[in-house]
This record gives sequence, C-alpha cells and structure tokens, in this order.
Amino acid sequence: MSENVDTSTAPRRIGKPASRFSALFESKQLGWAAFGIAVVFPFILASNYAMNIATTAVIFVLLASGLNIVVGYCGLLDLGYIAFMAVGAYTAGIVSKAWELPILFTIPAVLVMTILAGLIIGAPTLRLRSDYLAIVTLGFGEIIRLTANNLTITGGPSGIYGIPGIHLFGMNLSNPVPFYYFCVVFVSLLVLGSARLGKSRLGRAWRFVREDEDAAEAMGIHTYKVKLAAYIFGAIWGGLGGMLFAAHLSAISPQSFVFLQSALVLMAVVLGGMGNTRGVVVGAVVISLLPEFLRDMGNLRYVIFGVVLILVMVLRPQGFWPARAFEVEKSDDEEGPGGGTKGTRRDRRKTASANSATGENA
Amino acid sequence: MTQLIWNGLFVGSFYALIALGYSMVYGIIKLLNFAHGDIYMLGAFIGFATLSSFGVIPASMSITALLIVLLLTMIITGGIGVGIERLAYRPLRNSPRLAVLITAVGASFTLEYGVSAIAGPNPKVFPVRLQGETFDVLGARISAPQIVLMAIAILLMLGLNSYIQRTSMGRAMRAIALDSKGSLLMGINVNKVITWTFFIGSALAGAAGVMAGAYYGKIDFLMGFIIGLKAFTAAVIGGIGNIKGAMLGGLLLGLLEAFGSQWLGGEWRDVFTFAVLIAFLTLKPTGLLGERVTERV
Repeated sequence: MSENVDTSTAPRRIGKPASRFSALFESKQLGWAAFGIAVVFPFILASNYAMNIATTAVIFVLLASGLNIVVGYCGLLDLGYIAFMAVGAYTAGIVSKAWELPILFTIPAVLVMTILAGLIIGAPTLRLRSDYLAIVTLGFGEIIRLTANNLTITGGPSGIYGIPGIHLFGMNLSNPVPFYYFCVVFVSLLVLGSARLGKSRLGRAWRFVREDEDAAEAMGIHTYKVKLAAYIFGAIWGGLGGMLFAAHLSAISPQSFVFLQSALVLMAVVLGGMGNTRGVVVGAVVISLLPEFLRDMGNLRYVIFGVVLILVMVLRPQGFWPARAFEVEKSDDEEGPGGGTKGTRRDRRKTASANSATGENA
Repeated sequence: MTQLIWNGLFVGSFYALIALGYSMVYGIIKLLNFAHGDIYMLGAFIGFATLSSFGVIPASMSITALLIVLLLTMIITGGIGVGIERLAYRPLRNSPRLAVLITAVGASFTLEYGVSAIAGPNPKVFPVRLQGETFDVLGARISAPQIVLMAIAILLMLGLNSYIQRTSMGRAMRAIALDSKGSLLMGINVNKVITWTFFIGSALAGAAGVMAGAYYGKIDFLMGFIIGLKAFTAAVIGGIGNIKGAMLGGLLLGLLEAFGSQWLGGEWRDVFTFAVLIAFLTLKPTGLLGERVTERV
C-alpha cells in the first residue's frame, strides 16, 4: 500500500490544533527559534562554566534525538544507549591519538564501529520480544563499559587523555565559544535529520511497528529490517554524540558511560514526548540543565527522577509534549465495556481514516 | 576443579533465588520487573538496619540472629514488592509494553537512589560476618557458613516449588500464566494472585540480599543492578517463566561464571556472563526448559 502513495500529497495533519496556544507550539518556525536561542546564548553568558554546560546540553540533545529514533519512533526500549556513545567516543579518541588525525577525520571509523555495535546487539535480539531487547541492551551497556575498563588500548580505568579538539578549514575550534557553535550547527543538522527521518517512509514504518507490530508485518513491512534500521540510526547518532563528547572533554574514561547516563537520556525522551523531536529537544535541555540547579539536593534528585518517570507513565504516558499524529490516531484495542467516549473516539477514527484515504487518493 | 564447581554452585544458588522472582513475575504477567535486583539490594540494607539495631551480637548467636533477620526482611521486602506492583505496575496492566518497561526502570531508579539518599552513597559493612571453620571435600575448601547459606537457599527453593505444585494458590498462579482471562472467568482472583506472586518473589530476593550481605560483608546501593541482570540471564538460560528452569539456570550460570573467570580472568567475569546471555538469546531464546510459545495476537 505504502508503495504507491505519493507522500507529497499525503495529509500532513489530522484535524486542526486545539487552540492558538498549541498552534504556536506546532509552528514550523519553532526549530529556527530554538536554533536562534542557541546562537544568541554566548552573547548573553559566555563564561567558561556556562559554555561548558551549554555544550554538554547540546551534545545531550543529540543523544536524546538519537534515542528518540529507537524509543520514540520505533518503540524499542534501549537501556544501554550510552554504550554507543562510548563506542563513538573511544573510537574517535583511539583513532585520532594513534594516527594523530584531526578528530573530524575519525567520523568514518566512528560510523563503522557504531554500526557494527548496533548490528551485534540488534541482530540477535530484535527478532525477539521487545522486553528482551531492553535487558540485553542493559547488559550490552555494561559489556562496553567493562571492556573499556579492562583493555589497555582504551587506557583502562583512567581512560584516554589529550584527545585533540576540532580543527576545520585551518581554524582552531577548540576554544569554548567556537566549539560551542560547531556543536550547535552539527547537532542542529543531525536533529533536523532525525526529524526528517521520522517523516520519511521509513519513519512511517517505524511508527506502524510501534503501534502494532503484527499488523505492520501483515501489511508487508519487514519489521525486523525496519527495527534494525531504527537501531542502527540510533547507534550512529549516539556514536557521533560520543565523538563530540570526546572532543569536548578531551579526556574520556569508563566512568562517563555508566547506566545512570543511559537512564538520563531515556528520561529526556520520555518526558519530552516520545516521537516528537521538539519535545525531545526541550526534554534534553531540561534534563541536562536541571542537575545544575538541583546540585545541593544530591542523590535525592535521582529519586525524584525515578518517581517522575513512574508518574509520567501512569498519568501521561505520551510525555509532556507528545507527538501529534500525522496519520490516523491509534485506536484503543482493549476489550471491556465501552462507554460513550469510546463510541465517539471510534467515530473520530473513522472520519480520520476517511480523511486520510481521500488525501491519499487525491 | 572441585573448588571451582563448588564456588560456582554457591554463587549460582544466589542467582537462582533472585531469578525465581524474575521468572515467576514474567511467567504470570509477562512483565520484566527491573526493580527486582533492587529488591535484593533493599533486602541487604534492611538486614543491615535490623542487625545494627540489635547491638552487639555474640558470635555464637550470629546464625540464629541471621535467621530471625532473614524472616523479618523477607516479610518487609515482600511488602515493598507488593507496594511497587500496586503503585507502579497495576495502573499500567493494559498499557503498551514500552510504558510498563519504562515504569519498571523508574521504580528501580527510585529504589536505588532512595536507599542512597537514606543510607548514604558509601558502601556499608555488614555487622554480622559469617565465619567458620573450613573443611576439605574432594579437594575443595568448603566453609560452614557456605553450607548453611546454601542449605537455606535450597530449602527456600524446594519450599517454593512444592508451594506452586501443591497448593491452590500455586495452581492459580499456573493457571494465570497459561491464560489470565480464562482464569478470571473461572473465578480466580487474578489481582490477589499477582499480589502474592510479587510478595513471594520479592521475599526471596530479600532473603538473597541478607544472605549475600552476611557472606560478603559489604553492601552498597548499586549492588542490585548487576545481580539483577545476572538473575535475568539465569532466568533466560533456564527458560523464562519456568520455575525449575530458573533454579537450573542460576546454578548453571554460577558454574559458567566460575569457569569463565578462571579461563579469562576475574575482570572479564561480568562481560562473559552478558556474552552468554546474548549467545543464548541468539541460539536458544526459549532457554533449556522453556517451551516455544507462539504469541497470541
């Protein structure tokens, strides 16, 4: 079915935004606005400390948008996402140190290694139920961290030092402000890329798999391939995040890649609204800046994170800023006595599918 | 060689105790309870708190004191397990799987950092340290506390097995595992049975926590993370959802680990374990005793 659909005329949205307020939040200029804020920020506050935090936040946005591909679009829970970041960071660090290469030249190596890591972990588990994937990725995260801790090529527990910064067209971008700008541009492109991926045919297949895997399979989507693609894209985003991370800190050690970090990235995606790139960006900025404000709370802040995670899932499982459906909204497939609301919902769904059908035929 | 086998079986019996809780919950409501490893950690801390409140315990009494604390801890951790099920999992019983998994991560996070906020992030030294003479059996050095702890573990497992096979509650659990809607129609109080399942699983994990604390002597708030993963590995090896499989898987994992770390070096032990997990999922995802289940749509 999806073979013959001309996506250019496919319906962009079902229904109008609920209010002017939500229309504001869905405007196309929002991405530019965020980019503008990121560009203007150093003019407001350019202390080394602020730049450091801002760069970390920007890298965190990249990680969250990568995990959003896996968890948000495709609905696969990855609990060891930081492992891909570790693979990227270590590859970049080792390669650039060993051959004295500028760090941007390590990108091909980073891509190869992260794709390989994605295949190793994704290929055996994606055929199984998604629960298995969750726990295997958790184990994989530990494998990567322990391996980095044990090998000599990765510097053992003390890690790798003196990773070169970014040099581009003869310019040295290692100082805080230029490096920040480089990260903003690099990350913006990748975030935009992930948003475009979400709207592509592959992206629609991902959402279909997320909503109902069996139906997707029945409709001719090769769910295994599609899931593996999501996984590998997520791995690439994570690996590039790791490369930036290595260039930013110029030193990496296994302690940077503990489970807590994976959980924080997941938190950003879940809170921001799974599948909605804008929400995820906001979530990532909030999660990465929040610890700076809650510093004196110590470990209690992670307790709050945990409780919030449960509360969000129980009360508002779609996140604070959920993705608005581009296609027909997901129907409720649970049985039981349906009230009046259910009837109207089903009606709305019917009209919605009618809309989309006419849209597709037009 | 015999030493390795004994060590493997000893560690494996801990894994088996924790894997049981994992497997029971999974078998009945198809939920991966990530917080399960943290219940084990919680058990160790509750044991620590109660033992510390007793004051100085004479060495001759340490086993008795430990048994009392063990029972107490099992009741408390069981209750906490039930509480988690009630607050975090039950509202999401019919939600998509992703939501439930994320809630489980949240529950695990809350427990870990809750304990670290209350007890402090530094490792604690357990007030009772089991020591005793060692004997030589077929060239393996075996200590008295090891025998006691293993005996407790085996007793708990055998008790659980007969509970599930003989009592009506156990039958209800098996029925729900087969078909929860059907059992509801046949008059089984599904919620009550699930509550019991969580209670028993968490109590066993709590018992394992106290025993590990008393044996190794040091506890910290992240100790449940790795062991939770290993218990899951054990459950997968045995066939997840299968009670006997969990016991077998735990012992087997202990053995594999003992030989693996002998062969590769101790620092690769955990890597080896997770590699075993991935290998098992690739080659035999149903585990040794698990049956191939076709997913009902």
